[in-house]
Amino acid sequence: MFKLVVLCVVVCGLFAAAPACAETIFISNEQDNTVSAIDGATLSLVATVPTGRRPRGIASSPDGKFIYVAEGDDNRIDVLDAAHRKVVGQIPSGNDPEQFALSQDGKRIFVANEDDNLVSAIDIAKKAVVNSAPVGVEPEGMAASHNGKLVAATSETTSMVHLLDAGTLKSINNVLVDPRPRSVEFSPDDKTIWVTSELAGTLTALATDTGKIIGHMKFAIPGVEREHVQAVGLALTRDGKRLFVALGPANRVAEVDPANLSVRRYFLVGRRVWHVALSPDEGRLYSANGNSGDISVVDLHSNEVVKSIPSGRGPWGVAVTP
Amino acid sequence: MSITSYVAPEGPAIHRARAFAGIAQREWLRFIRQHGRLAAAIVRPLIWLAVFSAGFRNALGLSITPPYQTYILYEVYLVPGLVAMMLLFHGMQTSLSMVYDREMGSMRVLLTCPLPRRYLLGARLAATTLVIMPVVLAFLLVARFWDVRPPWAGYAAAAPAILLSGLMLGAFGLLISSVIRQLENFAGVMNFVIFPMFFTSTALYPLWRLEDASVVIARIAALNPFTYAVELIRFSLYLHVNATALAVVIGTGLLFFAAAVLGYQPERAWSVKQADA
Repeated sequence: MFKLVVLCVVVCGLFAAAPACAETIFISNEQDNTVSAIDGATLSLVATVPTGRRPRGIASSPDGKFIYVAEGDDNRIDVLDAAHRKVVGQIPSGNDPEQFALSQDGKRIFVANEDDNLVSAIDIAKKAVVNSAPVGVEPEGMAASHNGKLVAATSETTSMVHLLDAGTLKSINNVLVDPRPRSVEFSPDDKTIWVTSELAGTLTALATDTGKIIGHMKFAIPGVEREHVQAVGLALTRDGKRLFVALGPANRVAEVDPANLSVRRYFLVGRRVWHVALSPDEGRLYSANGNSGDISVVDLHSNEVVKSIPSGRGPWGVAVTP
Repeated sequence: MSITSYVAPEGPAIHRARAFAGIAQREWLRFIRQHGRLAAAIVRPLIWLAVFSAGFRNALGLSITPPYQTYILYEVYLVPGLVAMMLLFHGMQTSLSMVYDREMGSMRVLLTCPLPRRYLLGARLAATTLVIMPVVLAFLLVARFWDVRPPWAGYAAAAPAILLSGLMLGAFGLLISSVIRQLENFAGVMNFVIFPMFFTSTALYPLWRLEDASVVIARIAALNPFTYAVELIRFSLYLHVNATALAVVIGTGLLFFAAAVLGYQPERAWSVKQADA
């Protein structure tokens, strides 16, 4: 076994240009009711797994062994075995799950039930919803803090960020933000909450403790119509120094410097990019392009979009396993 | 023995090398001393890149065209076409200078040099093509400011493709110069050769876009040797080999050169026949 590990490390070292030795990218295809698996080393489609209806939110377990997929029209979360690429279990999720967040220990899932205006906590081991709390209308974005204490949700119609206690789901704070907030993320130190607004095309930073808006920026791309610039998916590096925002029908992913809220660069990707995810080594960024049916691969060392790979109809979310 | 039937002996290699060096030096000096032409050679594609492409910036972000692996901005698509345009203009302007040389009599001096005529014409073609290479490379480097960033190895890979395309277009210019009698006719070359060749090719739009607009134009583009020069450069810049383009560029290049050599045979010179008529 040790020899095998050494061999793998050596082989990985030899192919430093392809750092993703065994990395696999999983994409939820909203209109195909499938999850595609793309091999990170060859950047080619290796499997298409049938799932429940309308798969959207997707995330991997902390150990990378399982992929969770929210099936909006089947009111459940499917569990995929990442190695064997097949559905191995189902977890009830409450009505119409869309985005969800895993707790830091990987034991719970916090899911937004869009039609019921609820946030539900699911115990993965028990396969049951253990708690629910009302939030604003059409909850969408979900995030769990790194210290395990807080959960944040956005509500698209109420245009608010709701801060809840992760254990009891009791409301701690509600903050009004720009119209149609989509995604939300905690900074690595949990001091800041980042939230994107689809209709305004903006990114807002909130102080976690006070709920005050401490930063705000609007995206504008020369030559792209203003209404096409819609901020949706969000990803942040572990050191908190690079923040990526998917800009929907602008067909771009923006890289933002979180320190001064300025755009470092725009990456041209496929049409209507919904969500983005970083590779485990953070050397790459993957974007799910809803209207062009593919994912784009961004090399974060050279800052170039290196390839776009067909995935299925309506790619929505991305999760990457080591 | 009349001068027209005189066939020069195959001279020793040193003799040929000296002739080539002389021709190359003359072409180089002529090129760099024509400051206006030198400036135009680099400014022309830059104007296209900076002004023309600005309006089409997002026009191509809809489809992936080989050899590109992902979505690209129009600037990225346009640059190989502009490189080929530089070669086309250079090839035609060189043919203009051939007509000028013939009017001034210096062509006679060159062609009476005791070496085979095809060698002299080939040497001149090679010399004029080599002259434009540094300018093309400079343009490609400047294009990086417009986010046109092929891999660094792509520049090395594109060099032979640019040279071959330059030779092919130069041979085409040579052929044209063999049939043009007067300098004044050159304005026609601009309208009837450069513009049609450039616009009915894949320099500005990919073939699928042309098919969308007009099947006829797409057909013409598929038959246009300039299209293959553009694609050969485009593929090589991104470290791919387009075998069809390579074959067409070499094939048509040889064909044009053979026809030009034939055109420059005094006893067959079309221009002489025209003059006599």
